Amino acid sequence: MNTLILRETTRVLFTLILVFSVATLLRGHDAPGGGFVGGLIASIACSLYVFVADPKDVRRLVRTDPLKTAAAGLSLAVLSGLIGILSGGGTFLSGQWVEIGGVKLGTPLLFDFGVYLVVVGAVLTFVLEIKEPAPEPPARGDK
Amino acid sequence: MSWLLAAAIVLPLACGILGLLLRPHRAMQQAVSLVAGIAHLGIATSLLVTVWREGILVVQVGGWPAPFGITLVADHLSAAMVLITSVMGAATIVYALCDIDERALVKDFHPPLQALIGAVCGAFLTGDIFNLYVWFEVMLIASLALLISGGRKAQLDGAVRYAALSLVATTLFLSGIGLLYGMTGTLNMADLHLRVQQVENQGLLSVVAILFIVAFGIKAAVFPLFFWLPASYHTPKVAVSAIFAGLLTKVGVYSMIRVFTLIFTHDVGYTHGILLWTAGLTMVTGVLGAASHNELRRILSFHIISQIGYMVLGLALFTPLALVGAVFYILHHIIVKANLFFVAGAAERLSGSSDLKTLGGVYREQPLLAALFFVPAFSLAGFPPLSGFWAKLLVIKASVESQQYWIAAVALAVGLLTMYSMTKIWVNGIWKARPASAEKPPPLSRANRALLLGPIICLAAMTLAIGLWPGPLYDLAERAGHEVMDPSNYVEAVLGRSETAALGAGAGVGE
Amino acid sequence: METVIAVLVGVLMASSVYLMLRRNLVRFVLGLALISHTANLLIFSSGGLQARFPPLITPGELVPGPDVANALPQALMLTAIVISFSVFAFLLVLAFRTYQRLETVDPDSMRSAEPMAAGAGVDGSVSGGPQ
Repeated sequence: MNTLILRETTRVLFTLILVFSVATLLRGHDAPGGGFVGGLIASIACSLYVFVADPKDVRRLVRTDPLKTAAAGLSLAVLSGLIGILSGGGTFLSGQWVEIGGVKLGTPLLFDFGVYLVVVGAVLTFVLEIKEPAPEPPARGDK
Repeated sequence: MSWLLAAAIVLPLACGILGLLLRPHRAMQQAVSLVAGIAHLGIATSLLVTVWREGILVVQVGGWPAPFGITLVADHLSAAMVLITSVMGAATIVYALCDIDERALVKDFHPPLQALIGAVCGAFLTGDIFNLYVWFEVMLIASLALLISGGRKAQLDGAVRYAALSLVATTLFLSGIGLLYGMTGTLNMADLHLRVQQVENQGLLSVVAILFIVAFGIKAAVFPLFFWLPASYHTPKVAVSAIFAGLLTKVGVYSMIRVFTLIFTHDVGYTHGILLWTAGLTMVTGVLGAASHNELRRILSFHIISQIGYMVLGLALFTPLALVGAVFYILHHIIVKANLFFVAGAAERLSGSSDLKTLGGVYREQPLLAALFFVPAFSLAGFPPLSGFWAKLLVIKASVESQQYWIAAVALAVGLLTMYSMTKIWVNGIWKARPASAEKPPPLSRANRALLLGPIICLAAMTLAIGLWPGPLYDLAERAGHEVMDPSNYVEAVLGRSETAALGAGAGVGE
Repeated sequence: METVIAVLVGVLMASSVYLMLRRNLVRFVLGLALISHTANLLIFSSGGLQARFPPLITPGELVPGPDVANALPQALMLTAIVISFSVFAFLLVLAFRTYQRLETVDPDSMRSAEPMAAGAGVDGSVSGGPQ
């Protein structure tokens, strides 16, 4: 799996795919695209990196526990829904918008970003789980 | 008060996320889980009180009106199920403080447990059939995470079987939803109640009904579809087994009750006839399986199956009294069954074995535990004056009233066999002296003993209370049973009065 | 068109059941992936198969034009795909770990949860018999 060609291509592709994933995430605002697709594209980049690199290096690169990234994404999504309740009369998940310099920003974007993080975190958890050696099972109770 | 509905689902899910973020701080995770469990108990209690006083509560999520958006509905059945879920959740969290104390296990226990509680409540409260499917899947992932935590061989083996059959079930469920949507053009269960009456092809409706029987049947572990349950429920930690045993199969039974009173009532003789046979065979095979085993938790797993038969029987008879019996049975059974698993775990911790051959001396060494085993065990068997007696009485009375004498006879015989099985545990595990070869485990500290026995005492007290004063629970079950038998109130609460009248008349249903 | 899709659903369902009945965990997982796609196709066709426009509102309009496709089956499918994606990932890891720990992919020879006692029947244990 770990050939020279794959390693060198990944070096270039990794950044490119990540940029593309963010573009897809933001494009989802008004056109087809969005957090889930963007997250999937980003997790392709991460999976490529996991294939060629040592899992330890990947963990060092992403800095946080991927599971925590997913949890943070989930809390962002919930938070974006709560903003709908807190700011004036709406119900859970009703959209709120602000306009900064002609660009409309709103809670749906926050929600999408949360979904993005969840997908990246979850996929990375699974991929790392497969690549890393199995943890030693607890000694007691296994016959 | 409608925020209570959303809170009952969102609070556990949010605390599950918080628990993930707090990894790996053991004490903080436990504290969050404990606070969440107690708060959920408060929410669920006030939800039931509100429904009791004001009738069915409805929330349209996101402000979208009923047949288009997702609706959350709390009628008496749903509210009672949410309350019992949160009682189980709180008991499990307290029990797990002692049962699951290794650092490596704690960090993987509380987040999925909270997600499981949230998903189960979601399944009970939703009024949208596709949303029910989504909660089933969330429940499945959370329960799988709990099931494999620890990674022992038996756990992985059990988890493969559990995951395989559960996924087949949810796929069949999804296919059923697809076909139902194709026929009616709606997913809202109250709307479906009205639309299925206008479907021309009643035969296809029966086919879809069978898909739902199989899908929920796998979830509820009824007769030919139960093999995943005894293969997996005895493998994880006791706290996990207990909440699975109490809640998961009952979500299947609840969904069956919901769907087969609200949607598929076009050909009761056919669909509910199948359910009646299933119920009888489930009772018998479950209790026979239990009689043939010697490991405590495996015996109890088979008893879950046989008891599911009684609940399905209540639905299959399809009379008001039978449904009252089914609801009463579910509520009593959840308390008793989870408690039995707790007792089995405590016996294992305090006397060092869970196999009847090597277990013993519990009565002499742990008289309190022996007494605590007595209450749920003989309630399960239907001893008067414990709660199981009233539950069985209701179901059997209903079957005699509908002149299904053979099924009443089966139910009575299975009750006797259950008693045999419980006596076997009592004689071999509790009463007999400790075998000479068995080693005594190190004694537990006073605090740990209290954490193990506390939930058991509370649940046993509830069983006793229901047995001695069945009135309040009977009233609740009566309201819930009559409500599901006559869905007009439910439909009206969800869709609003004018909509119901227009659709009910069958006139002017334009797409 | 409906007939073609119906036959396709049938063929896919049969293939996935065949895969799931093999005594091999990997094939079973693949069968599950296939069966979930079958269910998605079923939902898709239940919304009605007609050549219509995507359910998008053109800029400047407030409502979608006539002849747009029913968006709901597509939304349902999307949800189902996302869920089956995550479950499939979970199942792959589970199957892989099971293979590592139990050193087999044949479900029949996995007897850790239900050990086979000597002289036992199908179910794996005997009550009161000699061990």
